[in-house]
Parts: sequence; C-alpha cells; structure tokens
Amino acid sequence: MRSIGRIAAGVATAALIVSQTAAFAQEPLKAIGAGEGEVAIVAWAGYIERGDTDKAYDWVTDFEKETGCKVTVKTAGTSDEMVALMNEGGFDLVTASGDASLRLIAGKTVQPINTDLIPSWKEVDPRLQSAPWHTVNGVHYGVPYQWGSNVLMYNTNVFKEAPKSWSIVFEEQTLPDGKSNKDRVQAFDGPIYIADAALYLMAHKPELGIKDPYELNEDQYKAALELLRAQRQIVPRYWHDAMVQIDDFTNEGFVASSSWPFQVNLLVANKQPIASTIPEEGATGWADTTMLHADAPHPNCAYKWLEHSIAPKVQGDLAAWFGSVPAVPAACKGNALLGDEGCKTNGAEEFERIHFWRTPVSKCPSQGTCVPYYRWATDYIAILGGR
Amino acid sequence: MSLAAPGAPTRDGPLRRLSDLFMRRPRLFLALLLTPPLLWLGVAYLGSLAALLAQSFFSIDEFSGLIVREFTLKTYGELLQPANFDIIVRTVVMAALVTLFGGVIAFPIAYFAARYARGRVKALFYLLIMLPLWSSYLVRVYAWKLILAKEGVITYIADHTGTRGLLDAWLSLPVVGGPSLSISYTGTFLVFLYLWLPFMILPIQASLERVPRSLIEAAGDLGADARKTFSTVIFPLALPGIVAGSIFTFALTLGDYITPQIVGSSTLFLGQAVYTQQGVAGNIPLAAAFSVVPIVIMGIYLTVAKRMGAFDAL
Repeated sequence: MRSIGRIAAGVATAALIVSQTAAFAQEPLKAIGAGEGEVAIVAWAGYIERGDTDKAYDWVTDFEKETGCKVTVKTAGTSDEMVALMNEGGFDLVTASGDASLRLIAGKTVQPINTDLIPSWKEVDPRLQSAPWHTVNGVHYGVPYQWGSNVLMYNTNVFKEAPKSWSIVFEEQTLPDGKSNKDRVQAFDGPIYIADAALYLMAHKPELGIKDPYELNEDQYKAALELLRAQRQIVPRYWHDAMVQIDDFTNEGFVASSSWPFQVNLLVANKQPIASTIPEEGATGWADTTMLHADAPHPNCAYKWLEHSIAPKVQGDLAAWFGSVPAVPAACKGNALLGDEGCKTNGAEEFERIHFWRTPVSKCPSQGTCVPYYRWATDYIAILGGR
Repeated sequence: MSLAAPGAPTRDGPLRRLSDLFMRRPRLFLALLLTPPLLWLGVAYLGSLAALLAQSFFSIDEFSGLIVREFTLKTYGELLQPANFDIIVRTVVMAALVTLFGGVIAFPIAYFAARYARGRVKALFYLLIMLPLWSSYLVRVYAWKLILAKEGVITYIADHTGTRGLLDAWLSLPVVGGPSLSISYTGTFLVFLYLWLPFMILPIQASLERVPRSLIEAAGDLGADARKTFSTVIFPLALPGIVAGSIFTFALTLGDYITPQIVGSSTLFLGQAVYTQQGVAGNIPLAAAFSVVPIVIMGIYLTVAKRMGAFDAL
C-alpha cells in the first residue's frame, strides 16, 4: 500500500531544495486551449479508479466523455518509483506524497500551476492551499489531492471508551479488561515509526524539547529509540502489510495498534468490534498533491484533470475508496459513498494535530543538525531484532 | 537456350547466400547463435552482480547520508555490528534447520515413491508432491498464517484433543516460543519446511531410483541386515540427491523475504534486511554488502556439495 517510507536517493537533496528552487521558477500556462485527447498520470494504486474494481467507484469515465481526454494511468508503488517515472518523462501528472513533491520541485521536473485556470482552486481547504510540501516561496507547484492520518485502532470489547493516549501501545500496562497489553498490541514496521515515538515523547517528556517529530537531535533520537526498545517487549509482531494486520486483529487477539483508516474501514465492514481514534498526543499522517510535469505532453488536458480532480464528487468518492480525507471540504457533505460521517471517521477534524510525513534530513531548521533518515532505518532494524 | 524453370531454386536470393555463408563458416553461425544468450548472461546477469559487488565497497556518509564512491571495507565492517550479525546468524541457522528437517521428512517419502509406489499410486504421488507448486506462493503462506493463528486450526485441534497444555508449553519456551505459533520462529520454520519440501523430495527420489536393485540384493546375500544395507549401500548412493535437494532448500530459505514478514515475530531475515536497506533507507552499500553474504555462504556450501558429488545426480 502506501509506502511512506520509500525515499532512497537523496536524503540530502531535500536540504538543498528550499534554497535553490524559487529563482528558476518556470512560467505557468496562461490559458487552457483545446484538449490534446489524452492525459497520462502517475498515481498510487487505487487513486484513479474507472470502475474496474467496483462499478460505484468511477471518476474517470465521465471526465473522458466530457473533455475527450483519454486518461492513462501508470501506478507506482513507492515515492522513489514516482520520481523515477517523472524523470523519465512522457507523463503529464503525478500524485506525489510529501517526500517526493519537494524532490520533484528541486529537480525542476514539475512546473508551477496557474491557479487562475482552476476555477475550483478556491474550494480547496485553505490549510492545504499553500502547504509547504508543494508551495515554495509562494509559488504553487501542484493541486492538493487527498490527505490522511495514521490512527490508533482499538478493539471495542476491550476498550469501552476510546483510549486517550498512545501509551497503550508504547508502555506495558493493564488494559480495561484486566489483562496486560503485552503481546496484544502492534506497531508499524517502518523506520518512520520513530517519528510516532518522538511525537509521544513530545507530549510526555517536554524536557527533551522536541519541536518536530521529524527533526530530532542525538539526545531526542536516543530517547525515542529507548521508548521503542521498551515497546519491543510488548509487541510480538510489527505490521507492514495492511491485509496481514487485518488478519492479526481478526485471528490473533490483537487489541490495539497504530493503523490506517483503510484497515479500520475494512474491519468494521467485516463486523469486527473495531474503532479508531486520534489520541491526545496527535498523530502522524500523509498528504498528496497532483503535480504537473515541466514538459507535460498534454498540458491542456492536464489542467482539465486538475480541475476535475478537486470536484467534490471525485474527492468524496476517492476518500470513501481510499480511507483518506478530501482536500476539498465541500466533498464531505452529501456524498453517498462516503456517508455523512466518512470524513470524520477518516480524521478530517484532526488536521491541526497531524504531523505530516517528511524525510528526516541532517540539516534541519529547528535545531541545526538532526539525525538523518538512513540512521533511522539502521536503528529500527536493530530494534526489531531486539537490540 | 533454356533458362531454369520458374520457381526452381536459384542461388542468388539473399537468404540463399546467407545459408551458403553459414555452410562455409560454421563457426560464424555458432557465434551468431550464442551471442544473444551470452550477452544476456554477461550483461544482465553477471553485469548486475558485478555492479552490486562494486556498490558494497562504497560507504554512506555519516552526516549527509550521501553515498561516498571510494573504496572502503567499512560497510563490510558494519555487517559485524551485533544487530546486523544477528540477522546473518538467524538466517543461516533457520536455513540449516529447515534443510536438516526437510531431509529427514523427505527421505522416507522419496524412498516410498521410488521403491514401492507403482503405476497409478506413483502418478498420484508425483501429483501430490507437485500440487502445492501450482498455486501461488503468497496464497499458501497466507493459508499457513491462518492455520497457525491463535484462533486457527492447530489451536482448535489442540483444544479438542486435550493437548493445549503441550502447545502452550512449547510456546512458553524462549526463542522458539511466542504468543502464538504464527508469531514465533516455530511458525516461520514450519512454513519454510512446508514450502521447500518438494524441492527436497524430488532430487532424493531421482537418486534413489538410480540405486541398482542388484546391489541391494547383493548386500542381503552377503548377510547384511536392513540397517546395514541402508547405511552402507542405499544412503551413500542417495547422498548426492540429498545434497542436491539441500542446496535448493538452503538457498531458498536464505533468500526468502516474504514468509518471515507474514509469519514470524518481525525480526528480520537477510532478504528483508537487503530490502529495507536498499528500498527504504537508501543505504545501497550496506544492502549490497548484505546481499554478498548469501552469495558467499552458498559458494562455500556448493564447494562442499561438489566434493560430495551432489552434481552427479543432476
């Protein structure tokens, strides 16, 4: 599924990004002409549906009929793959996540967007309109598509009330059903989970002075690792694959874990006693942006898609399908597939409490030098191995 | 003057001339035939392997996280760090155990199939051994996850046969135990054993079928009892097959990175370490160094196997 953790090549590139880009900003399109009959999009699996999997989920067919632009989709499994495909060229648009988007801007692979050509731009959540992962020095390099939050999934038979803190997955304790949480909780199997530990420490050990869970100095980092080592004692298995986690909660007696709304929705649909919450500490999350290639072969159709992509109907259907939150608040109301509670379930009201995923780099604004991502990876492997 | 009849073979078509050329120079023809496969082997196979090896001698810069393209053995040194060395030991021990138990289970099955099964029974045997290989690997691993789950078939049977205490006792053991079979090394081991068993049975069966009946009869005539016949005649002659099978099971366990992710306690195996270092961390030198480890281990293993005559049975 979503691989938030797949940034390889330049952990350091991100550091260069902010300083370099603005000066070379390319001129965006001035007016939309006739469509070229085609638009090619690089997207996450499940992001552009034409009703092949489920007839009810189709936001491509109508667009094609209306504009005459045939949509071709190339799905990518990781952010790296997305960057590589865009560098290769031949595509118009990409649904880039927080890590890929800045790399694409730095590499001048994507061009600025003329928001005047996108009538629905004003409908986009104002908090996302100038988000730092696609806006550099006031220039917009993309149109927000969807965002989502990691949630604390729990078993409602064990927790009659929603747990208030992530402590139930971090520290050994007796759960409301009188039994220990040892061997009954899970954590995410990816180095980026260190940020979740840092987020927990931000609230519980203020003396560490963590300001941003993605920017940790040596001491803060060490404290996070320590917390995770203790967590290893109560977590018998880390989850990696969404379907495996669903099975674990169904057949293995797990009662709490960090998770995605995707699993929660599926488990609830399977009539399991499962619910989710975002505890008082907040949560980590992701945000994706549709970006336009610098040498897009079909810019007019691409602009038409950008407009279409933030139509409330498309946004609502997609949110229902993917377990994410629409970038357009209007999409939350009156969508048959999403339901009136859909946005809330997927975390829409929690925006302020979500720390959107970024690549940890050595040069960080909040404290000068931080622990870079490749060390996160090495150390997380050691923690899984019980070291 | 009569010319050749229309349609009769002439010697001037381009294809004809080409065929004549090959006729006169058979080596040219051979070279043309061999170039594509050799290119494939050389560039796609050995080339990528060489590129990988080269990467393992680079290192990653501590501060920037960028790859330093200078020769160093530092990355190999990192393999010896406790956390990384654990991964190597864990994988090798698992592979060795799977191979050992695979051999013990496979031998009687192969022996029956080779010596006693005839006609339809033999066909059925082949079918049963091969059958699992026809369905998706992933599907079978997921199926095993369900079988081994806390609320799965095995626990259910244990509950109804009064052996639950035995199961719990096993699960409470250190190292091999865990909260349930599917979250323990025991579970990972069982799934590996199941997955690679056919690759052990088939070579052993092939080697057993080649043991001449006359030799076994001769051993009997000379007064050897069943045990003696087995240890002096059948086993030594079947050994190449066992070794060949063990190469499969050992190598397959060494490289697998999907099973331990689905069944087990989230501790990493070699394949997963390579995947994480390369795909997630961007630490390609360390990933390359990690992938050299199974190559070296298999190199040693194959050398020993060759000495034992494993490749005579192939």
